[in-house]
Amino acid sequence: MPHDPGANPLVEVRGLNVRFVSRDATVKAVNGVDFTLAQNESLCILGESGSGKSVTLRALMRLNPPKKTVMEGAVRVGGHDIVAAPEKAMADIRGRVVSMVFQEPMTALDPVFTIGKQIAETIIRHEGVSRAEADRRALGLLELVQIPSAKRRLAAYPHELSGGLRQRAMIAIALSCRPKLLLADEPTTALDATVQIQILLLLRRLQQELGMGVIFVTHDLGVAGEIADRVAVMYAGRFIEEGPVAALMRGPLHPYARGLMGATVHAGMRGTRLTTIPGAPPDLSRPVQGCAFAPRCPQAGEDCLPAMPELRSPAPGRNVRCIRVDEAA
Amino acid sequence: MSSTAMSTTTAGLPLAPQPVASPGYWQGVWKRLRRDPVTLACGGILLLMLFAILAAPLLAPADPFQTSMLRRLRPVGTPNYILGSDELGRDMLTRLLYGGRLSWFIGITPVVIAFGVGGLLGIVAGFAGGWVNMLIMRVTDVFYAFPSVLLAVAISGALGAGVFNAILSLTLVFIPQIIRVAESTTTSVRNLDYVEAARGSGAGAMSIVRVHILPNVLGPIFVYATSLISVSMIIASGLSFLGLGTKPPEAEWGLMLNTLRSAIYSQPLLAMLPGLCIFVTSMCFNLVSDGLRAAMDVRN
Amino acid sequence: MLSYILRRVLYAVPIALAVSLLCFLLVHIAPGDPVNAIVPADAPQAVVDQIRAEYGLDKPLPVQFGLWLLKVVQGDLGRSLATGRAVTDDLFVAVQNTLRLSLIAAAIGFAAGTLLGAIAGAFRGSWIDRVAVGLAAAGVSVPHYWLGMVLVIIFSVTVNVLPAMGAGPGGSGDWAWNWEHMRHLVLPAVTLSVIPMGIVTRTVRGIVAEILNQDFVNTLRGKGLRRGGILLHVAKNAAPGTLAIMGLQLGYLMGGSILVETVFSWPGTGFLLNSAIFQRDIPVLQGTILVLALFFVSLNLLVDLMQTALDPRIKRA
Repeated sequence: MPHDPGANPLVEVRGLNVRFVSRDATVKAVNGVDFTLAQNESLCILGESGSGKSVTLRALMRLNPPKKTVMEGAVRVGGHDIVAAPEKAMADIRGRVVSMVFQEPMTALDPVFTIGKQIAETIIRHEGVSRAEADRRALGLLELVQIPSAKRRLAAYPHELSGGLRQRAMIAIALSCRPKLLLADEPTTALDATVQIQILLLLRRLQQELGMGVIFVTHDLGVAGEIADRVAVMYAGRFIEEGPVAALMRGPLHPYARGLMGATVHAGMRGTRLTTIPGAPPDLSRPVQGCAFAPRCPQAGEDCLPAMPELRSPAPGRNVRCIRVDEAA
Repeated sequence: MSSTAMSTTTAGLPLAPQPVASPGYWQGVWKRLRRDPVTLACGGILLLMLFAILAAPLLAPADPFQTSMLRRLRPVGTPNYILGSDELGRDMLTRLLYGGRLSWFIGITPVVIAFGVGGLLGIVAGFAGGWVNMLIMRVTDVFYAFPSVLLAVAISGALGAGVFNAILSLTLVFIPQIIRVAESTTTSVRNLDYVEAARGSGAGAMSIVRVHILPNVLGPIFVYATSLISVSMIIASGLSFLGLGTKPPEAEWGLMLNTLRSAIYSQPLLAMLPGLCIFVTSMCFNLVSDGLRAAMDVRN
Repeated sequence: MLSYILRRVLYAVPIALAVSLLCFLLVHIAPGDPVNAIVPADAPQAVVDQIRAEYGLDKPLPVQFGLWLLKVVQGDLGRSLATGRAVTDDLFVAVQNTLRLSLIAAAIGFAAGTLLGAIAGAFRGSWIDRVAVGLAAAGVSVPHYWLGMVLVIIFSVTVNVLPAMGAGPGGSGDWAWNWEHMRHLVLPAVTLSVIPMGIVTRTVRGIVAEILNQDFVNTLRGKGLRRGGILLHVAKNAAPGTLAIMGLQLGYLMGGSILVETVFSWPGTGFLLNSAIFQRDIPVLQGTILVLALFFVSLNLLVDLMQTALDPRIKRA
C-alpha cells in the first residue's frame, strides 16, 4: 500500500491469503491483504465476526491451526520471513519478536499454573535466565502492567484474579521478552466497560513507553479511536478501506465502512436514527464474484459485479476498494 | 424490542428452540452414521449374529443336547462337525448358535430393564430436585461403592446360580449407573434457559417433561445404556463362567468357555471359540455405541 | 481445606455403614433360612439352635445387624463353613495376593494406557490414534477370563515359557520377590491389565484432546513454547482427571480380579470368592465382599482428596 512506513518497516504483508481446508469445505478466510506497519505505529483492524480480522492477526505469528491452514503470500515481521520459517525458528520468534494478547483472559491462561510461573517460563524459554532472575523480572512486569500487590499476585492462579487483572497478567506475559510487535485480539471485549478503558489506556501507555508496534483487532469503533494511529476496515477477508484514524472515522469512504460507523451508538446521537446494514456477510466457503459487499450495498450496480474493485487512493494516506468512491469523494 | 412485541410472539410460536429434539437433528445423526464405516460394519455383524441366533433351530446342523461319548473334542474342520465338538461330543456350531441366544438374552435384558427403571428414577431425581433427588442419589451412592463385577458376583453368589438371578444381579448393577447419567443430564437440561422460560410462561410440570426434558435426555441416556451392553455381556458370561448364571446342560458362551477349559491342552482352537464369540459381540456393541455417541454429538 | 477433608471423611462413614448393611443382608437374601447359610446342612438340630442363638438370628434384623457390626469392627468375620477357619485368617493372605496382582496389573495398564492415550490425544485422527483407539476398544471389550486362556495357550502350552497357574512353586503362602515367583505373576497381571489399559487410554486421550483444544494452548504456542514445554502444561492439567480414573480402576481391578484369579488359580480374594460360591460358604462370601467394598470406598475417598490437593481450581472450604 502506498502508505509510507519509512525505510525499515516492522511489518510487511503482501498478498496474504489464508484458507482453512477441511474434508467438507474450504473456507477462504483471508483473500489478498497487503499492509505495512512502521516501528512504534499502531494499527487497528475493524470488522464483523468472520471478516478474517483475527485470522489475519494470527497469521502474523503463524498461529492458525497448523494442520488445516494454508497460508500464501509474503509476511515479514521484524525482518523474519513468517511464511517460510521452519517451525523451530517460528517458536523462537513467537514471544520474543512478536507476541499476542488474547480476547478471553480466563481461558487464555493455563488454569493450573500460577501467574508468576506463566510469565517466568516465557522469559526462561527465550533468554535462558535462572529461575530466580525470571521470577524477579516477572514481578517487575506485574508492576509494569499496574497489578496492585504484585508480589502476592505472582503466586495467584488465574481464577483468583478479576477479569481486568487477568488481562493485565496476559499483557505482562506478552511483554515479558520485550517484543517489537504486540498483537491484541479483541483485548477488551470480554471485560466490563469500566475495565475496558483502563486496559486500553494501559496498552497505549505501554506502546509509547516500550516503543512497540501494535496491531489490534476489534469490532468496537470506540476502541479503535482510542489507541490506533491507523485503521483498516476488513470485509470478507479483504481490507476494503484503510487510512488515518481521525480521517477515516470522521469520513468513511467505503459504503460498508459508512454502514459500520452508522450502526454504532455514541454520545451526541440522541434523536438521530440508527442505521443498520441489511443482509449478512458472505459465506466464505463459496467463491465470491466482484465486490463482496455488493449484495448488501445501497449503491451497488451491475458494474460492481465483474471484478473485485481495485484499490483507489482518493486522498493522501487513504485507500479504498470501491468503484463508487470517486463519485462519493 | 417493546414489551408488546414480546408478548405477541410468545403467544403463537414455540418460545424456545429445541436444540436436540428436532427432526433435522435425527437426519443429521443418520447422515453422520452413514459415513462411519466402522459403526456400520459392527452394526452389520451384530444384525447377522442376531439373525443367526434367532434362526438357530433352522440353521443348526445338530441337536444342541445330543451328546456322544465317541465323538468328544473333535477338532475344528471335522466333517459333519464344522467347528468341532465339545467335551461331551455335542456339535460346537450348534452349541454356539444356541449359546448365543442365552448370552445375548442375559447380556441385554439387564440393560433394557435398567434403562427403564434407572432412566425413570434418574429423570425423576433430576427434575424433582430437593429431597427426592437426595434420597435417590444417596442410595445410588451406596451401590456405587461396589465395583460392578464384585456387586454382580455378590448378589448372584448369595442368590445362587440361575438365569433369573444373573439377570437380577446385573440389573441391580446397572440401575445406579443409569440413574447417575439420567440425573445429571436431566438436571442440566432443566437448568437450560429455555426450560426456565417455559416454566416462567406457566407450562405445567408434565408438559415440560414431555416437550422439553424427555426428547433431550432420552438420547444421551440411551447412548450410555448401549455402552453398557458390552460390559453386561462380559459380566453375564463371566457369571456363567464362574458357575453362577446358566447351569449345564444349557448352552451359553461363558459356561461353554468354562467347561472347555480342560481342553485347552488338547484342542486349544476349539476351546477358544466361545470366548471369541463373546469378544466379537462385546467389541461390536462397544464400537456401535461409540459411533452412536459421536454421531449424536452436536458439536461435531 | 482441612475442614473439607474432615467433611469428606465423615461423608464416607455413612457410605461405609450402608455398604456393611448390604453385605450383612447378603446372608438374608440367600434362599432359605440364614442359619443354613452358616451351619453345614447335616448339622444336628441342637447345633443349629445353638448357632442361631449365638449369632443372634432369633433377634430382630436391626439388632442382628448391630451385633454383626460389633463383631466386624473387632475383626471377627465369622468362620468358614468349609474349613472352619476364621474368615479373617484366610482373607488376610488372599488380600495380600490380590493386592500384589492388582498393583502390578495396574502399573502395566496405567503406564501403557497413559502413553497410548497421550499420543492418541495429541495426534487425533492419525494412524497412531486409530491404532490406540482400536486397542482401547479391544481392551475394554475383551472377556479377560478368555484372554487369560489365550495367553496360557500361547505362553504355557505352545511356547512353555511361563507357568499357567498358581502364585509360586510352593503354593500361596511363601511369596517372595524373586523370579521363580514373579514368573507366576506375568500372565495374570498382563491379562488383568487390559481393561485398565483400555479405559485409561480412552480417558487420557479424551482429556488430552480436550486440553489441547483449549485457548491457553494457543497462548503457550504464542509465547514460543516448544512441544516439551506445552507437554508440561498438558500433563499438569490432565493429572487430576487421570488420577481419578486410575484410582477407580485400581478398585475395579481388585473387585474384578475374581475371573482372572479363577483362570490362573491365583490364591487371592477372587479365588477365595469363587470357592466360597462353589461351596455356598456364605460367611467367606460376605467377609470377602465386605473387605473389598470397604477398600473401594476408602480408595474413592483417597482419590477425591488427592484430586482436591492437585487442582488449584477446586478450593473447597
